[in-house]
Amino acid sequence: MTEPNENGDILSVESLKMHFPLRGGVLYRQTGSVKAVDGVSLTIGKGETLGLVGESGCGKSTLGKCIVRLLKATAGRVVIKGKDVTEMPQSQLRPLRQDFQMVFQDPAESLDARMSVGELIAEPMVIQKLGTRETRKKRVDELLELVAMPTSAASKFTFEFSGGQRQRIGIARSLAVNPDLLILDEPVSALDVSVQSQILNLLMDLQRELGLSYLFISHDLAVVKHVSDRIAVMYLGKIVEMAPAEELYANPHHAYTKALISAIPEPDPTVKRVSKPIEGDVPSPIEPPLGCAFGHRVSALNYEKSIGMDLHLREINPGHLVSNCPCCVE
Amino acid sequence: MPVSKLLKIEGLESCFDTEGGLVRAVDGVSFELEKGQTLGIVGESGCGKTVSAMSIVDLLPKPAGRVLGGSINFKGQELRDANPEVMYKTRGNEIGVIFQEPMTALNPVQRVGKQITEALLLHKDISKREALQHAVELLDAVGIPSPERRISDHPHELSGGMRQRVMIAIALCCDPDLLIADEPTTALDVTVQAQILDLMSKMQKERGMATLLITHDLGVIAEQCDEVVVMYAGRIVERAPVKELFAKPKHAYTKGLLASIPRLTNERKTELRTIPGQVASIQEFVEGCRFCQRMERKGDTLNTRPRYEEVEPGRFLESCPACT
Ligand SMILES: Nc1ncnc2c1ncn2[C@@H]1O[C@H](COP(=O)(O)OP(=O)(O)O)[C@@H](O)[C@H]1O
Ligand SMILES: Nc1ncnc2c1ncn2[C@@H]1O[C@H](COP(=O)(O)OP(=O)(O)O)[C@@H](O)[C@H]1O
Ligand code: SF4
Ligand SMILES: [Mg+2]
Ligand SMILES: [Mg+2]
Repeated sequence: MTEPNENGDILSVESLKMHFPLRGGVLYRQTGSVKAVDGVSLTIGKGETLGLVGESGCGKSTLGKCIVRLLKATAGRVVIKGKDVTEMPQSQLRPLRQDFQMVFQDPAESLDARMSVGELIAEPMVIQKLGTRETRKKRVDELLELVAMPTSAASKFTFEFSGGQRQRIGIARSLAVNPDLLILDEPVSALDVSVQSQILNLLMDLQRELGLSYLFISHDLAVVKHVSDRIAVMYLGKIVEMAPAEELYANPHHAYTKALISAIPEPDPTVKRVSKPIEGDVPSPIEPPLGCAFGHRVSALNYEKSIGMDLHLREINPGHLVSNCPCCVE
Repeated sequence: MPVSKLLKIEGLESCFDTEGGLVRAVDGVSFELEKGQTLGIVGESGCGKTVSAMSIVDLLPKPAGRVLGGSINFKGQELRDANPEVMYKTRGNEIGVIFQEPMTALNPVQRVGKQITEALLLHKDISKREALQHAVELLDAVGIPSPERRISDHPHELSGGMRQRVMIAIALCCDPDLLIADEPTTALDVTVQAQILDLMSKMQKERGMATLLITHDLGVIAEQCDEVVVMYAGRIVERAPVKELFAKPKHAYTKGLLASIPRLTNERKTELRTIPGQVASIQEFVEGCRFCQRMERKGDTLNTRPRYEEVEPGRFLESCPACT
């Protein structure tokens, strides 16, 4: 089960599903399921950034958590550096956790506020039993320098820092064990634009210097375009289109991708948005529509045709994959 | 007769009592808004956008927050320290307000219909039946499908976009002359944001209403506004018609802000322009130019407050010699 990936991919996700059981009633029986991730396949190469976009609730964070095994997927496989980690017991998984780390939107919310910044950054090394107290302390200083923070920060607490600085601390912590892959879940979404660009530059620099691979999750399409090599567009648990970054924006094929791109307000007052915004909200993943979920939302002309179809990605140009949906793709 | 300003703010100062002493969140802010126009207020978080707006409608959290100085003139009437009756009549009735997070503004245990009819009954001399009928019409106008049914929903049964539509319906129910919208789409997805912005423009056009739109998103500013006020650390650094601001920003902060936005036209994976450092904490604000403070400049500009003046017709600038 642990054959290395022949393409040398750092990450390979195959037909991954995460269905959360939905319980109710006096007996707390399972009454249904939330199909948060419903058959996702993707790969990320060394030094590559795959952007993941989609509206809130479409399953981006859940997918990220399944990859780093904060969640155990219902079905499918997650292969990191050739090792299948999907079902691996925690004892076996622990040493492998060095290879992949996750960074959240606001590290202050995901980290223990009672620990000093130095302790927080050193913690992954402690868990991995790496180094001695002295070498770890030295490494913390190095990491703080790497993310352009003063080493004096180590003895302070996260609440003493601004949002941008906290994100630098979160990134330093994630790099402590020298991972190959970072899952970045909305890493700049809580930041102001001038600070956001500082963090994006930092992430791009680190990638270049350390050869890191990123899954960059964001709902901001302009940010994603700037940092990604390839982009996957997710809708209601499924990837509907995936393409090299430029290709996706220049030549979007899926109606949902088109809708997302045209909804971005352009920071240019001489440009007037032409298309009408799409209507409706993301449908519930508890009782998804029978056919294509997006076609259903926008009452697409050929929606009926998608009912009962096996919707999957097919390659239309080299590296450009799009759903075979009859109502969203011409 | 000169064009009468709908809203004229002059030298507004608002402050909070905190454990660390008095902090001046809004420090001498002046701007005007004409009938039917949209004025945007943009700036990084904590720069005083919300406090400015809340000062206008006397909604600062009391007793910690209060307006210290300046004048708030709405339709020729002074609202600052106006007697509660005047404020009561004005807010909601002539000035509608929308907040970022409708969940905090809507009553979670009250049905949507009741919340709208209550507002109507408060300000209008109509029967309950008429109010309900009007509420249904309003929900329909803001694009809520099957409004007769939605009227008996509780806010949590609605999606984020639908809740924001309900907020808009409440804000518009009295046909206000001015709508204050504080980050109305920040919590929403781009697709839903586009719907809400569309709706706001439509309502504004139909009703000839003016809008004070607060956002940190320069894309939203570009799309919606006629004129823009750029705030930094409690003060206005620049004010200009929207096209001029984007084409020829004059203040270093505005320039930095515009240059930092990742644009779809950028070359991928290139270094983005940034503004170094971060906004100083409010207790540490200098009296002089606060953007110089961020840039860690030394010298005179930190000590004397730069003049805020009209440098060209319609263009106002905080004329710090180092920043302009
Ligand atoms: N632990 C959980 N139990 C049940 N449902 C969940 C859980 N976590 C997420 N979900 C649901 O899964 C869907 C996807 O959520 P999420 O992955 O957070 O989306 P995104 O990150 O794209 O906003 C949502 O409908 C959410 O409510
Ligand atoms: N309730 C409060 N108590 C004390 N200080 C406050 C309070 N609300 C706001 N402030 C201060 O006012 C400043 C401006 O806040 P605000 O107007 O909310 O900023 P913005 O809306 O531009 O993000 C904040 O930096 C904060 O220091
Ligand atoms: S109160 Fe009105 S009637 Fe009164 S406002 Fe609110 S919206 Fe309308
Ligand atoms: Mg998420
Ligand atoms: Mg605010």
